[in-house]
Amino acid sequence: MTFIQFLFIFFAVILVAAAMRVITVRNPVHAALYLVLAFFSMACIWLLLEEEFLAIVLVLVYVGAVMVLFLFVVMMLDINIARLRAGFIQYVWVGVGVALLIVVQLYLVFTATSSGLADAAPPVAHGAGYSNTEELGLILYTDYVYPFEIAAAVLLVAIVAAIALTMRRRPDTKHQRPSEQVAVRRADRIRIVKMPAEKKQ
Amino acid sequence: MIDITHLLILGAVMFCISMAGIFINRKNVIILLMSIELMLLSVNLNFVAFSYHLGDLAGQVFVFFILTVAAAEAAIGLAILVVVFRTRQTINVAELDTMKG
Repeated sequence: MTFIQFLFIFFAVILVAAAMRVITVRNPVHAALYLVLAFFSMACIWLLLEEEFLAIVLVLVYVGAVMVLFLFVVMMLDINIARLRAGFIQYVWVGVGVALLIVVQLYLVFTATSSGLADAAPPVAHGAGYSNTEELGLILYTDYVYPFEIAAAVLLVAIVAAIALTMRRRPDTKHQRPSEQVAVRRADRIRIVKMPAEKKQ
Repeated sequence: MIDITHLLILGAVMFCISMAGIFINRKNVIILLMSIELMLLSVNLNFVAFSYHLGDLAGQVFVFFILTVAAAEAAIGLAILVVVFRTRQTINVAELDTMKG
């Protein structure tokens, strides 16, 4: 077993353990934090596969943005966890049974000799001057430029939808109206009162 | 070097864990969304594994787009979740039955 394979098994064990905790832990905040650990371990595995750009994107976008959004929402909502956990045990055996069945099926498929996966040619390791980001950028901005722009449009729609869904106008909120502030005249605000000067007796 | 069979089995295990998560947490929408994120991650691992072993960058481009769509999905899903909680004061799936006939 080489050092790379040891590292792969190390990160894979952490990944599976974190994923198990995500689905079984009681508190949604803890689940989000374990999900961060899972994403981080997955990024490490992608680094082992010489895909540095995607690993960094996974850490920056997922751990940095999406999971912070999750944590923000989880902490903002006042959730009654006990009622959500009711019936947990009832579904555990169904879930575990189906999951184990599918794992066994996929294992049989992947390890079958007829799949041809076992005798595939081993990949060639890249040299020291290889830049994964550069290669990905070269292909992304030429062959995949239209999907790239569609992805930008999808993100724009997501921003607009998220803001439009969550924005609300309450009748009792106090707003500034700059147009009225600018248009105000002296006569509207102050009143000059003529008073006779008082004399000390 | 890492055997592709191990990567695919790891992806299968991750996918089944998240699928079991959807089964056993079927009342809590937040955990459901997290399980969907885990599912997308395990699918991404398959793309990455084949991209590595075949030396083809198209798999990595696909992972890039999946990450984009997953981020959009998480943002909209959480926005819907906030609106649902604001109107119903609950995120229990069993109680979100306004449209039930």
